[in-house]
Amino acid sequence: MVDFNRFTLANGLKVLVHEDATTPMAVLNILYDVGARDENPEQTGFAHLFEHLMFGGSVNIPNYDEPLQRVGGENNAFTSNDITNYYITLPSENIETAFWLESDRMLNLAFSEKSLETQRNVVSEEFKQRYLNQPYGDVWLKLRPLAFKKHAYRWATIGKELSHIENAKIEDVKAFFKKHYTPQNAILVVGGNVKTEDVKKLAEKWFEPIPAGEKYIRNLVQEDKQTEARTETITASVPLNAIYMAFKMPGRLDADYYAFDLLSDILSRGQSSRLYNSLLKEQQLFSDINAYISSSIDPGLFIVEGKLIEGISIETAEKAIWAELDRLKSELVSETELTKVKNKVESVLVFSEMSLLDKAMNLAYYELLGNADLLNQETTEFLKVTAEDLKRISNDTFHHNSSSTLYYLTDGNA
Amino acid sequence: MLNRQQAPDFKQVSTINFIQPTEKKLDNGVPVFTIYSGEQDIVRIEFIFNNVNYDVDKPLQAVAVSSLLNNGTQKLTSKQIAEQIDFYGAFFQTEYVQDQSSVTLYSLKKHLASVLPIAKDVLSDSQFPQTEIDIYIQNQKQKLQVSLKKNDILSRKAFAKALFGDTAYGADIKAAHYDAIKRDDLVAYFKAAYAPNNCTIVVSGKFDEESFGLLNHHFGHEWEASDAVKNHFDFPQTTQQFIYQEKPEALQSAIRLGKIAINRKHEDFAGLQILNCVLGGYFGSRLMNNIREDKGYTYGIGSGISALQDAGYFFIATEVGADVCANALTEIYKEIELLKTELVSEEELNLVRNYMLGSMLGSLENVFSHADKFKNIHFAGLGYDYYEKYIQTVKRITAKEIQALAQKYLKADDFVEVVIGKK
Repeated sequence: MVDFNRFTLANGLKVLVHEDATTPMAVLNILYDVGARDENPEQTGFAHLFEHLMFGGSVNIPNYDEPLQRVGGENNAFTSNDITNYYITLPSENIETAFWLESDRMLNLAFSEKSLETQRNVVSEEFKQRYLNQPYGDVWLKLRPLAFKKHAYRWATIGKELSHIENAKIEDVKAFFKKHYTPQNAILVVGGNVKTEDVKKLAEKWFEPIPAGEKYIRNLVQEDKQTEARTETITASVPLNAIYMAFKMPGRLDADYYAFDLLSDILSRGQSSRLYNSLLKEQQLFSDINAYISSSIDPGLFIVEGKLIEGISIETAEKAIWAELDRLKSELVSETELTKVKNKVESVLVFSEMSLLDKAMNLAYYELLGNADLLNQETTEFLKVTAEDLKRISNDTFHHNSSSTLYYLTDGNA
Repeated sequence: MLNRQQAPDFKQVSTINFIQPTEKKLDNGVPVFTIYSGEQDIVRIEFIFNNVNYDVDKPLQAVAVSSLLNNGTQKLTSKQIAEQIDFYGAFFQTEYVQDQSSVTLYSLKKHLASVLPIAKDVLSDSQFPQTEIDIYIQNQKQKLQVSLKKNDILSRKAFAKALFGDTAYGADIKAAHYDAIKRDDLVAYFKAAYAPNNCTIVVSGKFDEESFGLLNHHFGHEWEASDAVKNHFDFPQTTQQFIYQEKPEALQSAIRLGKIAINRKHEDFAGLQILNCVLGGYFGSRLMNNIREDKGYTYGIGSGISALQDAGYFFIATEVGADVCANALTEIYKEIELLKTELVSEEELNLVRNYMLGSMLGSLENVFSHADKFKNIHFAGLGYDYYEKYIQTVKRITAKEIQALAQKYLKADDFVEVVIGKK
């Protein structure tokens, strides 16, 4: 159970406070309701590049990191297709420094050309390090446009191509800031050894003077229902053949979301899971096999991926995956197996409360979804899922004519 | 009127409280160190074993045993073990690191009585079925093939090999090593290493008298001792060496350089950690500022000191654009030289002090982290005065002392430099 108090400032900024007196630390987490899905298709990777620029100095504070380190704090951030999230951890007695820094960059950035130039280079190197210079590193750059034809999920957060980042201009950066980095589009969570009344005073002092800005109204093109099997084959200098299968599934707020999450657990959570036992151990077709969900806010993907044992044909491997998916469509999952994955989820949720930062991030994310209290209802939602639900959603989901399959093959030279 | 240019007042971290464990012994003498917290109904139990009987011809013995440990006993198949552990929402993790192999059980307190017998069965009666070994060899060889396509991994391997040769710290694992794994060797290693007289148990969480009774009931009896010999290695100081593997297709080059240094037991260790922090130990470090934030050559660069039982080593690691690799190397050496020739300013030093104290405070997030801090010192043969001394050193070290440490420990002519990619 993660308790919290909540209030909203005059400029529309939502603030949540989680008091935890067992730690001498505090966390200040701020979530901006903007992700790669909000980008212009001709300027992809921008939300993430922008995240880097948020560390390039703000209107009154030339250097973001240094003053924070000076008070014993650390920070980082991440960008996903849905959100951009920034966080600070520091000794709680120095919490005001976090308010000072974080409010100034919400007020306005310094927009330095030097920072833009450097971060364009840094992000280009990140692109190379994580996506281009790794075996199988570009899978998601290929799989997203195969599975999505209209929705902005068709590109990855790093962007479609290096040139989009290389061509970013300071005017674009300023426009992006104005559009998305307003109090109305943000959720602030303060957690740790703090008191709500003190947080309220600090929030009013540092954040309330920031102009509300304009509310960004999201209006994304939604994906049409997929009615044909899609495949793509890549041959590259990798040592093993691999297969990636993507199926459409509902978004984070759909009533069936929790059932999909448990379905992926049945298939692939740990060494008692179906794919691991059947395909890796018994049939020995794969050296790695996984199923997972993309957990996106708009309708997303259910993925099955594996690396094949040398000498196994891709047809055999694919057929074996389908056999497991078909089994979910025709047979009910046993009560024991369902209880097993539910128990596991329940315990994962208890363990996740060991981390102050995780608690703060989760509160912000669930508040974005509509209500931070959803976080505390998760266990109940998982427990409601029935074997019939799993069979029903499997029948809705696992069809050839709604699948996108990527064959990632070795060129034999690796 | 709010003055946003004025930083709020702040305080340096003054006290850091470490929760020390209580020690008890099981009936067979296995020490159990417990850090109790009643906040959440969860328990973490770590069974920690020294790595033993190192055989240079069989460098994978300990690793393979650790990975295959939960693959079947006389009573339970690997699938049954996994199903039962999962059914109780527990986690059973095996881990191999250079000096130790550990088995960690995470469980809700209410299920402890159900999962402990499974853990006991695995730790005392693992059978290593040949079919499981064959699958392991096949899959590990495939994973190795993928790893060997990553320049970062290649640089780690070459670096470790150069510093530590064919020991458990440096062995360069090849596919043939996997092919050479024999069931008899694994069984022998299991009996030697996973024995009560080679075991230390560290518990954290809601673990009370009753829980201790359960633990003692299962692990305090009927568990065979062994006469294994704990690994011990000696290493000469490295001498300058350049290792370069060209990868014509590389978009980035992996750089790793460093040398044998000291470990926790050495009196200079805390000072060297501060020096390391200045150079490359945090986001605002000199290497990050110069090579990422000023030049944009890389997504990240850092340095570190790794403390092993029989050695310590210092390293700098990064992946940089292939076209700027030579420039990046020049800048790295320049930053090292600067620390030897110029004093760190008071302003920078104070920042690093505060950062390190805050970081230490933040690293004590929950009961598990307190147990981790205990393990760091316990297995190095040190007491809690180690942390007291660390904190005092961070607060009081002078710029002159840091310079002297740089001159003593960062001699470029002791460095091993590895570049994988293009220069």
